[in-house]
Amino acid sequence: MKKVHVTTNVNGDQVEFLADPRETLLDCLRNHLDLTGTKEGCGTGDCGACSVTLDGTLVCSCLVLGVEAEGKKIETIEGMASDGELHPLQRKFIEHAALQCGFCTPGILVAAKSLLDTNPDPSESEIRFWLAGNLCRCTGYDKIVRAVQDAAAEMRGAA
Amino acid sequence: MAKDEITKGYRLVGTRPNRPDGLDKVTGRARYGADFSLPGMLWAAVVRSPHAHAKIKRIDASKALALDGVKAVVTRADLPTGLEGEDLNLQENTLAGEKALYDGHAVAAVAATSQLLAQDAARLIEVEYEVLPHVTDVDEAMKPGAPVIREGAADYSVPEGMHPNVVRHMEFGHGDVEAGFAAADIVREGTYKTEATHQGYIEPHACVGQMGEDGRGEMWVCTQGHWYIRRMSAAVLGIEAANLRVTPSEIGGGFGGKTTIFMEPLTLALSKKAGGRPVKLVMSRAEVLRATGPTASASMDVKIGMKKDGTVTAGQVMFRMQGGAFVGMSPIGEALPCAFACYDIPALKHEAVEVLANRPKAAAYRAPGSPMAAFAVESLMDEMCRELHLDPIEVRLKNAAKEGTKSSYGPIYNRIGLVETLEAAKAHPNYAIRLGPNQGRGVASGFWFNHGGETSVSLAIGEDGTVQVSIGTPDIGGSRASIALMTAETIGIPYENVRVNVVETGALGVNEPTHGSRATFASGKAAVEAARQAIAEMCRRAAAEWEIEPEAVEWKDGAAQPAGPNAGKFPPMTIAEIGAKMGGTGGPISGHHETNAGGVGASFGTHVVDVEVDPETGRTTVLRYLVVQDAGTAIHPAYVEGQYQGGAAQGIGWALNEEYVYGSDGRLQNTVFLDYRIPVASDLPMIDTVIVEVPNPGHPYGVRGVGETGITPPLPALAAAIAEATGARLRSLPMSPPKVLAAIKAKRQA
Amino acid sequence: MRYHTPTSFQEASRLAAASGGLLRYLAGGTDVLVQMRAGMVQPDELIDLKHIPGVFDISRTADGGWRIGVAVPGRALGAHEALCRDWPGVVEGMNLVGSTQVQGRATLVGNLCNGSPAADSVPGLVAAGATVTVTGPDSSREMPVEAIPTAPGRTALKKGELISAVTLPPRGPRGGDAYLRFIPRTEMDIAVVGAAVNLTLDGDRIATARVALGAVAPTVLLVEEAAKAIIGSTLDDAALDRLAAASSAAAKPISDKRGTVEFRVDVAGVLARRAAQIAYDRAKGTGK
Repeated sequence: MKKVHVTTNVNGDQVEFLADPRETLLDCLRNHLDLTGTKEGCGTGDCGACSVTLDGTLVCSCLVLGVEAEGKKIETIEGMASDGELHPLQRKFIEHAALQCGFCTPGILVAAKSLLDTNPDPSESEIRFWLAGNLCRCTGYDKIVRAVQDAAAEMRGAA
Repeated sequence: MAKDEITKGYRLVGTRPNRPDGLDKVTGRARYGADFSLPGMLWAAVVRSPHAHAKIKRIDASKALALDGVKAVVTRADLPTGLEGEDLNLQENTLAGEKALYDGHAVAAVAATSQLLAQDAARLIEVEYEVLPHVTDVDEAMKPGAPVIREGAADYSVPEGMHPNVVRHMEFGHGDVEAGFAAADIVREGTYKTEATHQGYIEPHACVGQMGEDGRGEMWVCTQGHWYIRRMSAAVLGIEAANLRVTPSEIGGGFGGKTTIFMEPLTLALSKKAGGRPVKLVMSRAEVLRATGPTASASMDVKIGMKKDGTVTAGQVMFRMQGGAFVGMSPIGEALPCAFACYDIPALKHEAVEVLANRPKAAAYRAPGSPMAAFAVESLMDEMCRELHLDPIEVRLKNAAKEGTKSSYGPIYNRIGLVETLEAAKAHPNYAIRLGPNQGRGVASGFWFNHGGETSVSLAIGEDGTVQVSIGTPDIGGSRASIALMTAETIGIPYENVRVNVVETGALGVNEPTHGSRATFASGKAAVEAARQAIAEMCRRAAAEWEIEPEAVEWKDGAAQPAGPNAGKFPPMTIAEIGAKMGGTGGPISGHHETNAGGVGASFGTHVVDVEVDPETGRTTVLRYLVVQDAGTAIHPAYVEGQYQGGAAQGIGWALNEEYVYGSDGRLQNTVFLDYRIPVASDLPMIDTVIVEVPNPGHPYGVRGVGETGITPPLPALAAAIAEATGARLRSLPMSPPKVLAAIKAKRQA
Repeated sequence: MRYHTPTSFQEASRLAAASGGLLRYLAGGTDVLVQMRAGMVQPDELIDLKHIPGVFDISRTADGGWRIGVAVPGRALGAHEALCRDWPGVVEGMNLVGSTQVQGRATLVGNLCNGSPAADSVPGLVAAGATVTVTGPDSSREMPVEAIPTAPGRTALKKGELISAVTLPPRGPRGGDAYLRFIPRTEMDIAVVGAAVNLTLDGDRIATARVALGAVAPTVLLVEEAAKAIIGSTLDDAALDRLAAASSAAAKPISDKRGTVEFRVDVAGVLARRAAQIAYDRAKGTGK
């Protein structure tokens, strides 16, 4: 099976890799680009652990083929902190103990950032429904929702 | 004989600092099982049985091996023979021998140069099966004529005349139950069923293994207990434990499911056959659900006698549980003691059988056995409270076990906090909220023993006075933070000056896994002991420098100090000063403690849930949820709350929608998260918590352990709430909408 | 597997017609990648349609309806205010498919061609009277949405044919539609039952109506009896009872891991009733 040469942009860096056309973007990020912060929990788009943005849209990277990334812009958890400064969501997740095992955390952070990019003041219900595709088995979501609310408030300058 | 309650007012214990692994986990840097890779690494895939029960006639891997890049195939024929007992069970589950015993049972494994190639090769391995009759339901598996899953598997405990699938029997009790029932005003019985559920950790099992021709190997694996992985893998492969070094990764959830092996030894077997190249094996979600340990399913009879004032006079249970096709996997030994553990009842009779079924080898799942037992017993208690128009909390208070009560399973309780949780639940504002139409409230209590277990911890003082603690219990929910807090509290230094590392099997004595709510209790207790040892040594170093007796030195605020005016006048010698000089004062300073940790304090909790049920569709919405639980002492309260909330969420899932669904062909029907329905964020409300602190006298900081109990009360509490909302009592889990709607309709017709 | 990126539907159709092996089209990929991952489908050819100009467009047709490209994801439908004003039921059906992440990729045409009787976007399209343009190697034709699925996992498309657009008719004045589904959780499930109602009013009376049910038969059903039950009424209780009874009567479901026959029959009526009320309120301009 001949591999396809893919050029794409991940977290602002131009990168290239060779993909088997059957490989998902998740496979390519993890196995070809060593970006293992994006996790696989199900491989079927049901758990959200592999959340990334593709040209600004939140997607499951397990439901995108690596070859589809050609010419796109991808943002992963590894690009969320900038210049050594954590994103407010990252900081609030630590402060609120919004993670236990931490495996779902990268996907939830990427998804939550995507929410706050479009809705700076989400209600509890809006947060819960936006994150419904991000499974967490440890926390019962309570502290996750609170951390997102608190980060949103801080980002609005309300905190 | 109450011991003095431990004085609160700690400097650090009870605060909420950031967890040490937080930064790695929010940036994607934390390395989990599948994140580890090595040069020259191969990928593995597993061939699994599509049949629930089948003879394996022939395995032909020639087509797979003919593919370029396929390096090794292993089948059961590659594993040693002659194993017995649980070792044989582990080997049998790692790779099927003569028979495939459940849908998803591993039959062969292959290693190749890429993951896709390994998967392609696995599809080319031909397995010829002779399909056998199967049985997956616990009650069906006991009936005459049910297919026999493993001949001669029953042990001596099983009474004569039972079906060969009944492999263990257990009974115990105290008092005269018949007299107890005779003394009751009402005696009620019920049969309750719970379906198997999966721990549902989001991280699938993953392992990298490497083993040379000399039988020396290494593993990097996500696990709750790497010494267990070492012992079990060594047994399955017939190698020596000391030749296997196992390093735990960060772990993406376990809940009991990662305390054993499922596929890990395959990486070593494949590596050895592939010339020692490391092999990585990562399960898919479908493999996790089909072939890693779910919990048991249960069918349970309960009988309770109660006086009109709510006093329970006698109780009796008969539990039937299946834990798959392997002996010893159902939690009957835990479920029975948990059944009436919350209560002080004069006469009790407990009986249970374990039954084999064509299902995967069960594993522990958060308070194994306790949720099922609670569903049965607490549900019937609630039914009787309603019948007698008694408040469920008052009835529980009337019968509650306390310090000095002889527990339902024998030992006498020392200081416990059930009553405190009931009082706190009663006083909570949630309990006073008035409910609307189609709404209902449920209350239930729960119990877990907690656990000490084999523990080994080392601690070393750095040259700058910072402290490194090496523990052997993988950190699932923040235990590194709590152990750092206790260590820093004991030594009198800042929390940030303690770093706790989970170390590999080569670095410590044997540690049991992080299970049974033991990590913060046992590793914490051992860390405190190790710290005290190091403190004693630091006092000796100061004494030597001051040329006074070591007994004349005391440790205070992170420094050695003369103990009183008679000891001499010296300025305090800080840990940093002692560390800086230790090379010249006798060498490295460390502390070490190993123990089979005793002093375990039992855990109790009480939950209150309000629901609304749509009478036209049977769908239950959880309106509000309250967890009250005795932590002993909450070392890091945020992570204690997290355990309460997470346990409740899992219990809610179990109660409402999670279940293993087997088709008539014996195949698991719901192998993805789309149909194995764990609660999503929009399914749950905020989960209110009250941390009750009745310190455990058996732990230096009063820790009991907080992980398990929270999953137990939701099952009966939700059944009670749904009963109040609809008038229909469900005695079978899950209480999914079709079942609830059918119950509502049946109630209307009755 | 060969991966193709044609730049026209004719080219895609020719590729498909010439293919000798197993072929799949890729738009959102939220079904096909799952099937590939599970080993259910191992395509020889994968034709990615997203390089064809216009596939991401939502545009007004000359008669005031809407034309929706085959790669428009659910998220883009939900963000299109004018489309949501005209056909809220169609959009809410699509927006119920999967998570926020899935909404970033999943498409109406993919949901339709996957052939699931439980597809959430299909009852709304059927109730709306939507059509699809089917492009073959030589010509194109317009087909009603309800004619596409023929059985679970099967469609009426012939070898070399593919759908190149979805067309919604003009909404017109005093019309409203709605879709409701039942799932055990609040999100992330496959519909156990789905019901869509589209209606127009003459004064307060229902002038025209279409009712479609999902997950209660091998394909999505257009239930004429259910529509007749409310046409001419003001959606009073008697009309709603007739609607529920007709919907339940039309349901011919199976029992499976997601629900029982009895449950689906009951809930088909319940949801049709509730969806009709929402559609009616929307048509009157009093609903959301």
